[in-house]
Amino acid sequence: MIWNEHHECMERGQLASLQGERLKAMVERVYFNVPFYRNKLQEMGIEPGDIRTVEDLKLLPFTTKQDLRDNYPFGLFAVPQQDVVRLHASSGTTGKSTVVGYTHNDIMMWAEVVARSLTMAGITKSDIVQVAYGYGLFTGGLGLHYGAEKVGASVIPISGGNTKKQLQLLEDFGSTAIACTPSYAAYLGEALDEEKVDRSKLKLRAGIFGAEPWTEEMRAQIEKSLGIKAYDIYGLSEVIGPGVSMECSCQKGMHIFEDHFIPEIINPESGEVLPYGELGELVFTTVTKEAMPLIRYRTRDLTRLHVGTCECGRTLARMEKCVGRSDDMLIIRGVNVFPSQVESVLLEMSETRPHYLLVVDRDNNLDTLEIQVEVEDQFFSDEVKELEALRKRIGSNLTSILGLHATVRLVEPGTIERSMGKAQRVVDKRKLK
Amino acid sequence: MIIKQLSVFLENRAGRLTELTGILAENDINISAFSIADTADFGILRMIAGKPELAEKVLKENGFAVKITDVICMTVPHKPGGLHRALQILSDNGISIEYMYAFAAAADQATVVIRTDMPLKAIEVLQLHKLELLKAGDVYQL
Repeated sequence: MIWNEHHECMERGQLASLQGERLKAMVERVYFNVPFYRNKLQEMGIEPGDIRTVEDLKLLPFTTKQDLRDNYPFGLFAVPQQDVVRLHASSGTTGKSTVVGYTHNDIMMWAEVVARSLTMAGITKSDIVQVAYGYGLFTGGLGLHYGAEKVGASVIPISGGNTKKQLQLLEDFGSTAIACTPSYAAYLGEALDEEKVDRSKLKLRAGIFGAEPWTEEMRAQIEKSLGIKAYDIYGLSEVIGPGVSMECSCQKGMHIFEDHFIPEIINPESGEVLPYGELGELVFTTVTKEAMPLIRYRTRDLTRLHVGTCECGRTLARMEKCVGRSDDMLIIRGVNVFPSQVESVLLEMSETRPHYLLVVDRDNNLDTLEIQVEVEDQFFSDEVKELEALRKRIGSNLTSILGLHATVRLVEPGTIERSMGKAQRVVDKRKLK
Repeated sequence: MIIKQLSVFLENRAGRLTELTGILAENDINISAFSIADTADFGILRMIAGKPELAEKVLKENGFAVKITDVICMTVPHKPGGLHRALQILSDNGISIEYMYAFAAAADQATVVIRTDMPLKAIEVLQLHKLELLKAGDVYQL
């Protein structure tokens, strides 16, 4: 089943001319409405008229997450605030979020790409979709919600957490599909066992999982424990949210909705565009977004792109599962975490020094974050209650900046390895790949 | 009358305490009394050791977080009510105890180490009540 055959199965040449047209219009819009882009293009001696086809994309400058932070909160918006109907935000390194805005048309476009995605997982208006992604500033919940409604499915906006209720509704409402993070899906599988839920009573058959990296092993485990087919969905709030790309039932990579988001793979060091099939950093240009169009946004995700008509009939390029990131960002329980955020918290507190180690693990299929902080002589108290109070204070400061619970462990001075070059700040034990 | 106690931060890690006692042994430092306060992740070793400054130095050189804390050491009769009487005096004078622990006892006397936020006042009232307090020199030799 294909939601939008016209755009999903477009002949590649025709797609390129559509992309070219949209790109040209988008560059004009940002040039006249976003001072940041106008200055950048002027510095490079580029005028909107210079961009005529999708081939000209490589002339344009990159946009980075830092640019979003520098223009916090609304500096990159290309429409007046009264045209913005929705704001979402994700965490950033300095405690400031990355803010994204949507016009009414953006919300419709987003619902469209998520509807295409859900259709790839075989979801129709006969389905009951339990959306167990968080609803809120995070794009997961509302993104899936609007797409599932557009398909015409019955949507259960249960949001994340509350596992017992999730299991109860799976059983009582007969949900046929669930959307959440893969780690939560795996957790639900275990909870089914613990609560001794009779699987024959469940009607669940598909899962749409994304927002964090996961492996084929995890897919197999989730499929077995929930008795479903598990699909990978990709997205990032800067581009739109979930629904930038999605796996079809052939599961040979995620189809990128190229009529809206033009992908490129670049060498992260040189910025040079790499041919299809080569590993590099994924870059997106949003050609239809109105509120916050981005030119060549560097996702920092490392992957490969493949073209060639898929067995499903779609001509859209496919991206492989991301193999890593070209920066130090971690994705823990769907939340972006930068080691530098931890550093800034520790530097702000007079009792602590910026010697720390993030230990990421997976316990019961849920990501855990432990932050080891050295106890230096100057703030070592010989009273347990004071050290415990300090530990709690560090913990609550970190939680409020990271937007995620972290366990703080005080360790002896000098036990965290110092290095001459880039310090080893992260131990990720989650065994991905 | 003020005794220098060494407090050492210890991660709960096998062999860590042994490393510490080894370093003290190598440097010919005797431990007269100690206690360990422990939590799930870490412990604090508090001890009265001979040559406290040297102990602090060698432990720091070996990467331990060490702190010197002032405590007092009091001798009470090793008989029912002996400790009670002393503590009653402190309590009557509004002196609260952060923590305390005992020395290896001689036949008729027991010695306790007391950490309070008012050590000087504690010394004054205990002496007023004729309780014997140990001097630094005595303690480190015990």
